[in-house]
Amino acid sequence: MAATETAPAQRDDRLQTSGLVRRLLNRPELGAAAGAIAVWLYFAIRAGDSGFLSKSGTASYLEVAAELGILAVAVSLLMIAGEFDLSIGSIIAASGMTIALTYDQWGWPLPAGIALAVALSLLIGFLNGLLVVRTGLPSFIVTLATLFILAGATIGITRAVTGRTQVGGLAEAGGYDVVHKLFASSIGGFSVSIAWWLGVAAFATWVLLRTRFGNWIFGVGGSNAAARNLGVPVDRVKIMLFMATALAACLVAVIQAVKFGGTDVLRGRGREFEVIIAAVIGGTLLTGGFGSAIGAVFGALIFGMVRQGIIFTGVDADWYQVFLGTMLILAVLVNAYIRRKAAESRR
Amino acid sequence: MSAAAPLPASDDVPRPQVDDVPLLEVESISKTFGNVTAIRDVSMRVRAGEVVCVLGDNGAGKSTLIKTLAGVHQPTTGRYLVRGQEVQLASPRDALSHGIATVYQDLAMIPLLSISRNFFLGSEPTTGVGPFRRYDVRKADRVAREELAKMGITIRDTSQPVGTLSGGERQSVAIARAVYFGARVLILDEPTSALGVRQAGVVLRYIVQARERGCGVIFITHNPHHAYPVGDRFTILNQGRSEGTWDKADISREELVQRMSGGTELAQLEHELRGVDADGSRS
Repeated sequence: MAATETAPAQRDDRLQTSGLVRRLLNRPELGAAAGAIAVWLYFAIRAGDSGFLSKSGTASYLEVAAELGILAVAVSLLMIAGEFDLSIGSIIAASGMTIALTYDQWGWPLPAGIALAVALSLLIGFLNGLLVVRTGLPSFIVTLATLFILAGATIGITRAVTGRTQVGGLAEAGGYDVVHKLFASSIGGFSVSIAWWLGVAAFATWVLLRTRFGNWIFGVGGSNAAARNLGVPVDRVKIMLFMATALAACLVAVIQAVKFGGTDVLRGRGREFEVIIAAVIGGTLLTGGFGSAIGAVFGALIFGMVRQGIIFTGVDADWYQVFLGTMLILAVLVNAYIRRKAAESRR
Repeated sequence: MSAAAPLPASDDVPRPQVDDVPLLEVESISKTFGNVTAIRDVSMRVRAGEVVCVLGDNGAGKSTLIKTLAGVHQPTTGRYLVRGQEVQLASPRDALSHGIATVYQDLAMIPLLSISRNFFLGSEPTTGVGPFRRYDVRKADRVAREELAKMGITIRDTSQPVGTLSGGERQSVAIARAVYFGARVLILDEPTSALGVRQAGVVLRYIVQARERGCGVIFITHNPHHAYPVGDRFTILNQGRSEGTWDKADISREELVQRMSGGTELAQLEHELRGVDADGSRS
């Protein structure tokens, strides 16, 4: 009855040949890495002599990429687990304003304000996650609600307390020197935020590929029900990832608040979309279960290069958004193709 | 009496004919949801090295029976015994700790995840201590490859996504996984129903393989042609009741097909179809 398959030797050969092609296709970051090289080459040719290739030019696009990349790496992990976070922009505004207000109103030293902002963002992330896993609502809706609630509350509270929408003067706050060194200094002309970006990406990659938790992230995103059946603590994984994205948003808020010596209630607005696009360009599937933190690094790098490169070429910066949309569509199409190839059954 | 004794404890108890004690036995279990009775008074048992097939058409109560055996549902009445000891299973996890593993048709595998990561999902091997405790990739790859080889599946690259495997192989990986993690009883939910003839054959072979390795297998299917070659005993479910259990020696394939499809109804249908055919040729 059970007549099966071909001889083992023949079958191994078949596996090997398809394995090589597939293994390349199965690297989620492949497309983004190729894209980053292409974009770099384009601007190197178009704007190489107007400063894109110079050290300061490189430092400027890396700094833009770093702030976006910290967020994109965290969001990638969340998206691999099958969830979204639209509230990160608002968390940036709320965290930054927490730091600024605690100094402005009560004269808190910066480290204390930062500690409060970290605690607040972790709480928001926890609530986001709890709401998603308890209600079963799409995280798109839950975090869209959080986006508006937080954004409104930040503006409302700031205006009620200070009568303004911008709060500055952080350079006079206690502990500014240490904090500035940690988050906003530059090393040999390069912003320290780049080191944070790479550090966060390295840590995320390690978690994703070399820990049990990382395996759970893939499992939860690949099939919630199957992962639960196998004993993966699905809810805990999701809540922790929402907390991680909130924490990443807080880190960016700190970097920006210290860099500018103050903050604005609108800081971070619209960031959530750029971040999701960067993650998708990085090869992370919108539907979860597949992706990488390294891909998000390349996705953010593409963003940084284009945003700064457009300035160097002298093209009107409005075209940046056209590029954003185009890249998103292309990335999704490429991802869909790769996913189909990867999941294709061998008959 | 009703204490859920874990497996090792029952090993300590000296037992004269341990092979004769069923690994899993249910005695006249029923399950009602509100005032709907999904299964009524069903009894069955499986011993080590035995394949018991549960056959039934859609709506016969198969999935309720599976979920009750798997620990998802608790029976409304009746007894559930694991190696002769009555237990109350609180969850699938609880069932697993008693050595009862269920492989679901579509929830067996995560297609985009690699074979070895799928194999160990939820029970990953780790190495290192404290904050450096990490997923042991090498061990996972090696064990997955070895365990699959024992089932007769040769895979060179366990890092390829499960999606690249055929449907039959996917089910087989799920079976191998359950066996590796200590399953004594395998409950297979329609493992062949979504598969082509050849792929179904692959799975049937692994069912036999699992039996040879001393597992008790409960094979749930609506296809008597898949059940007959591998089954040692056959239980037919109809409208939530057991129509009876036959040893292989006592029933032929034709008889099984007949009983399974409600014999007379099928004969009636055949008769009607012949009529249609005759009408068609006349006009």
